[in-house]
Amino acid sequence: MVLAVASFLLPLLIWSLISYVPWIWHPKVEITEPGTVSYFTPGMLVERDVFDRELQALQESGELLPAGKPANPIYLPAPHEVATAFYTAFITEPRRRSEMWLHQSLWSSIQVIFWGFLLSSLFGVPLGILAGTYDFFSRLFEPFVEFFRYLPAPAFGALAVAILGIHQAPKIAIIFIGTFFQQVLVISNTTRKLDPALLEAAQTLGAGRLAMLFRVVVPGIATDLYRDLRILLGWAWTYLIVSELIGTSSGITWFITQQARYKNFDNVYAAIMMIGIIGLGTDLLLAWLGRRIFPWQRAAAQA
Amino acid sequence: MHHVDLPSYLEQEAAVKDRFERLKQRPVSLEVQGLSKQFETRNGTVTALHDINFKTYKREFVCVIGASGCGKSTLIRVLAGLESPSSGEVLLDGKAVHDPGPDRGMVFQGYTLFPWRTVKQNVMFGLEMAGRGRMTSEEEALQWIDLVGLEKFANSYPHQLSGGMKQRVAIARALANQPRILLMDEPFGALDAQTRARMQGYLLEIWKNIDITILFITHDLDEAVYLADRILVLKAHPGEVQEIIEVPVPQPRGPEQFLSPEFLATKQRLEELIHPAQPEEESNGDHLNMMRMVRVDGDVPSVL
Repeated sequence: MVLAVASFLLPLLIWSLISYVPWIWHPKVEITEPGTVSYFTPGMLVERDVFDRELQALQESGELLPAGKPANPIYLPAPHEVATAFYTAFITEPRRRSEMWLHQSLWSSIQVIFWGFLLSSLFGVPLGILAGTYDFFSRLFEPFVEFFRYLPAPAFGALAVAILGIHQAPKIAIIFIGTFFQQVLVISNTTRKLDPALLEAAQTLGAGRLAMLFRVVVPGIATDLYRDLRILLGWAWTYLIVSELIGTSSGITWFITQQARYKNFDNVYAAIMMIGIIGLGTDLLLAWLGRRIFPWQRAAAQA
Repeated sequence: MHHVDLPSYLEQEAAVKDRFERLKQRPVSLEVQGLSKQFETRNGTVTALHDINFKTYKREFVCVIGASGCGKSTLIRVLAGLESPSSGEVLLDGKAVHDPGPDRGMVFQGYTLFPWRTVKQNVMFGLEMAGRGRMTSEEEALQWIDLVGLEKFANSYPHQLSGGMKQRVAIARALANQPRILLMDEPFGALDAQTRARMQGYLLEIWKNIDITILFITHDLDEAVYLADRILVLKAHPGEVQEIIEVPVPQPRGPEQFLSPEFLATKQRLEELIHPAQPEEESNGDHLNMMRMVRVDGDVPSVL
């Protein structure tokens, strides 16, 4: 636990050092007093050698000197700026009325992930279990799936837009394509790892074909399947960003690109971190939920 | 090994003789006829079992013993229907069996309880498969759990049980189907000696109390003599029946019999069959090549 906290504190510490210790990095100068340099304005960031050159020139001519303090480039805001952005990003009003607030963007992203992953699982889980259980289905499905999973999901972007229009549907399709084929293979492998002795025991206890599938295979792999789904959900998030750039840009990705365009990099960092927090939060929640759903798993984790 | 003069294992007390007479009057439970099993491997065909013939009678306890690799496990898997014989037949109460079924209960060497089911739910599995209602199967399962003395653990999960307890649940689970024969494949093989002895006691107790034929595989000579009415000795390469021994140790059995002359005589016979004295020439190259890997200084004098 201590190390888990440290693993977060360590990068934060490095970030703070770079941001707050003036002699570490700080390649720019933020102008506080323009002096008589015609193009300097207060708050402007200039390269340090430009500033030094102007300063020297003015010192020689004896005019009013500009002043400034060391600063980092605009794309690296300090931790406290990003921290405030976690709040201000939500209250930053969209510039145009058609544009979305941050919470709307986030909600749109979560919906895309949810539907993409749900649809993928709806087909991927049963197919994976079938392929893992029966040799027939394994040979029928897996060669094609194996081929298809090498096709990068974003490559289908244009196609998805052409078929499904420019709104949420093609984005969900990209997440589906990115997740589904991996899911079938991962789950069929998980299914194959079920201890065959359990299947034999069930057979000697009189389990028929259907009972073997639904009363032995499915509960037998349930814990591993659940863990697989948690990992796959992480993959779905990585496809989210690409999918949101397809058609009309939307969701959190739209927010990030838009804020970067306005040079609100603190908002950009905050939004990226929000994705991480939502992802990790969901995973921890699912892990906690898993321990509730599968009480027999508790000691297995300890052993 | 034994320097005492032992009676022949073929000598039976009147009571024991009488018991075997009566035993053979009983109906035949399991009959194996001309059973052979070949496996295809990369190095050609391997005959695991060759022309096995034997019968078990109702309520009889038969042990199958043999050196490792003699096909004991293959035999019991064929009997359970988990593998099909290359030739020959397995008859249960006169009817040929091919597939696995609840009429032959099986207890495996490894732990095969369903980890997602509690003890009670594990025992209920077979009953559910037979289409019994939840109420009746739960009630029945609890009776079987009671029989193996685990009523306090009815709602525990398998991971919370010790190895011996797991195997007791596995026995209860197999028995709950009321099979006609209980097949046991070295069920106590993974247990420590003490637990194992206790489990043997439990098993004899259960066997006495219910109407069941048991076929029990083991490689432990003591276990075989202690448990069995008759012992089927298998020979390896190929697996063939070498001898069927009628154990002359009187029933009911108890741990005090381990040193009785009949017990030791039977064990000696098994020893001869399973580990025959090797002629000198053959054992060439079969001894350990001992070599001093470290130089021995005079610090520690040799005791030899």
